[in-house]
Amino acid sequence: MSQAAIQRNVLPVEHHEELSFVGKYVFSTDHKTIAKQYLGISLFMAIVGGFTAYAIRWQLAWPSSAIPGVGTITPDAYNTLVTMHGTIMVFFVAMPFLLGVFGNFCIPLMIGASDMAFPRLNMLSVWTLLLGALILLASFFVPGGAAAAGWTGYAPLSARPDLTPAVLGQDMWIVALALEFSSFLMGGVNFITTALNMRAPGMGFWRVPLLVWYEVTASVLFLLSVGPLIGGAVMLLLDRLVGAGFFLPAKGGDPLLWEHLFWFFGHPEVYVVALPGFGIMLEILPVFSRKPIFAYRALVYCALTTTGLSLIVWAHHMFISGMDPRLATPFTVTTILISVPFAVIVFAMIATLWGGSIKFDTPMLFALGGLTSFLLGGVTGIFLGSAATDIYLHGTYFVVAHFHYTLFPVTFFAGFAGLYYWYPKMFGRLMNETWGKVHFWLTMAAFQGVFMPLFLSGIAGTPRRVFAPNEYSLFKAIQPLQVHATIAAVILLLAQLPFVVNFFWSLKRGTQAKDNPWHANTLEWSVSSPPPHDNFERTPRVRRWPYEYSAPGASLDWSPQAERGDAMPATGRH
Amino acid sequence: MHWLPSDVSTFGPSVDHVFHLILGIVGVWFIAAEGAIILFACWFRRRPGRTASYVSGHNLRELAWILVPALVVVILDFSIDVAAGHAWDEIKLESPKPALTVSVTAERFAWIFDYAGPDGKYGTPDDYWSMAKLYVPVNQVVRVEMRSMDVIHSFAVPNLRLRQDVVPGRTISAWFEATKPGTYEIECTELCGFDHYRMQGSLVVLSDSDYARWQHEHWSPIAAKPSSAESTGVRQ
Repeated sequence: MSQAAIQRNVLPVEHHEELSFVGKYVFSTDHKTIAKQYLGISLFMAIVGGFTAYAIRWQLAWPSSAIPGVGTITPDAYNTLVTMHGTIMVFFVAMPFLLGVFGNFCIPLMIGASDMAFPRLNMLSVWTLLLGALILLASFFVPGGAAAAGWTGYAPLSARPDLTPAVLGQDMWIVALALEFSSFLMGGVNFITTALNMRAPGMGFWRVPLLVWYEVTASVLFLLSVGPLIGGAVMLLLDRLVGAGFFLPAKGGDPLLWEHLFWFFGHPEVYVVALPGFGIMLEILPVFSRKPIFAYRALVYCALTTTGLSLIVWAHHMFISGMDPRLATPFTVTTILISVPFAVIVFAMIATLWGGSIKFDTPMLFALGGLTSFLLGGVTGIFLGSAATDIYLHGTYFVVAHFHYTLFPVTFFAGFAGLYYWYPKMFGRLMNETWGKVHFWLTMAAFQGVFMPLFLSGIAGTPRRVFAPNEYSLFKAIQPLQVHATIAAVILLLAQLPFVVNFFWSLKRGTQAKDNPWHANTLEWSVSSPPPHDNFERTPRVRRWPYEYSAPGASLDWSPQAERGDAMPATGRH
Repeated sequence: MHWLPSDVSTFGPSVDHVFHLILGIVGVWFIAAEGAIILFACWFRRRPGRTASYVSGHNLRELAWILVPALVVVILDFSIDVAAGHAWDEIKLESPKPALTVSVTAERFAWIFDYAGPDGKYGTPDDYWSMAKLYVPVNQVVRVEMRSMDVIHSFAVPNLRLRQDVVPGRTISAWFEATKPGTYEIECTELCGFDHYRMQGSLVVLSDSDYARWQHEHWSPIAAKPSSAESTGVRQ
């Protein structure tokens, strides 16, 4: 069956009638509006998550002083803060930002489709996420406060209502997560179906932009891994509500079962977030280097390999959990092996820079900042993936520094790179470059300042999730590291103000964006900024792969995917 | 690396060796990769009159630029696996015959150490227990058998390079041999609730003569007298 035939079968047949305000902006089925709704949710939740980070860091630097704007907190409140910080940042910031925003906005536009395969399901997914977010936020205000058993929710601490003050709060945490999982299940089904079935004629698999590949493999991975944890969440809720005892040894249950169910999802989740982040960087690098991405097919195979491997590494979180110690070395091997596809991705990105003509606009700066920062997160993973060193480093600030060096670069550096890059397509105006650069350099410097000291703190042995690290005689002397990290964290949070102002100011006052302000090849740049409701006036015919930059013999250094002929006509488009 | 706390166990050097091996390997790669990015960013910055070269990495000759380094990564990965595997086996799989076995109970938010006493049997009147303080002789293999009364805790002694989760419903053993007399911190490193951060203890490593004296003072052959320290004594 030809691509065109498939396309006709699944094209949504509705709309075109004038939509009311509510239909256009609130209950919208348009993937572009839904992407903006995800953006709103994720940025708002990032403010809440950032505030928890501020309170946590202040407490760690000056444990005996009141936190300005918060007051003195109890150890239980501190446990709540770290639990909610992790939950919010991973599930309600990283995922909606990287999958919800860029997956929704870019997939249909990049493959030449008019919308997602299931627009109504798409709308349901964003509203389900919003409901989950509201329940999670509401849990701060119920008696006993929000969940306090860690973002990993280890049983029995999470499974017995008498062990933390958060009785209702912990139940709400489970429900909020269940809603979040459902939301991204619906989103994932949409991403996969759309990318498989709705590609424009000529868009063979090897002409699909890498962001689409990476969003789709991330969705496949999410679908494969989340099932056991949904089962686990139901079991946890039953333990709490009716004392079912799945995770309670007194009733014949086993706490390690929860750890397995959690990490079977929890580790792939890292790649669910990392792959789209890398997808964004891989789109931006060639455009601002004016070079083809290096080793396109290898990069696709790397995403697939990572997806496969990430399903068999979860027990590296459990080396010292009490599971059979003979399992450690096999999981060390698979874990460390996952460094190979990521090394290839990084090498390909570096090779893309070689021989380029690199322009350091804000999206490129954030993409390079993401790459250079992620590298440290990647290599420090080797220390934790090898069971012997994990005995020493497990549960210390080394772990905290490591996963912030992986998740922050893919979520915020790559996320901001994508936002500065696609902002003109989303909103029709460009963001201010000068303030974008200020935002980048402050963020880059402050981020290193927060987490570099925490690596040292972790190597010295400081345990994470402690209310007052200076109460340990072993770590009194290195308390200045915590103070350093906190000062940098406050700067990091303040460094986001130029972005917030720039974002809103540019909506109204930014330079009007042309269709293709960055001279990029992918299909979204062939339509107006912002694109019309159905994206393409006529279904585009794709003629080449997405990374044809500086092709020999071409008159211009870019060759859009749907442009006729070997090269662009000299007159260009603008 | 001077940030690591002093090591006082027989297997500590193996852990530190793997740590330094990984540090050396990834350190070189990290510096090389960051260096390449910064150099390329400088060399190939946009300049008037210079265009980018068309290198797609589609043929094997170009691909070799990333596949050969990737192959080196695979080889180095396996060398780390081997070194880490040996150290792991030494600490967690092999268990040398202990000179002393102590039963450890983790309970929110305390560590309790039970000694079988002079007769070597638990459940007899000469059992001895100590709150928060684990007394052991230097240069002797000590086995700890750990149980939790409530939630998951983690028994961690940074100076020993030892950490082991303590899971309710299971008895989990670990061993160590301390090489230097002194007092070292024991921490709980699994979030266990309100006072998690205060769930601390000390490992007191005594020289042979000090240990004998301690035994003599505290291990009574019949019903033990309560010890002078408030936190130690015979368990009710």
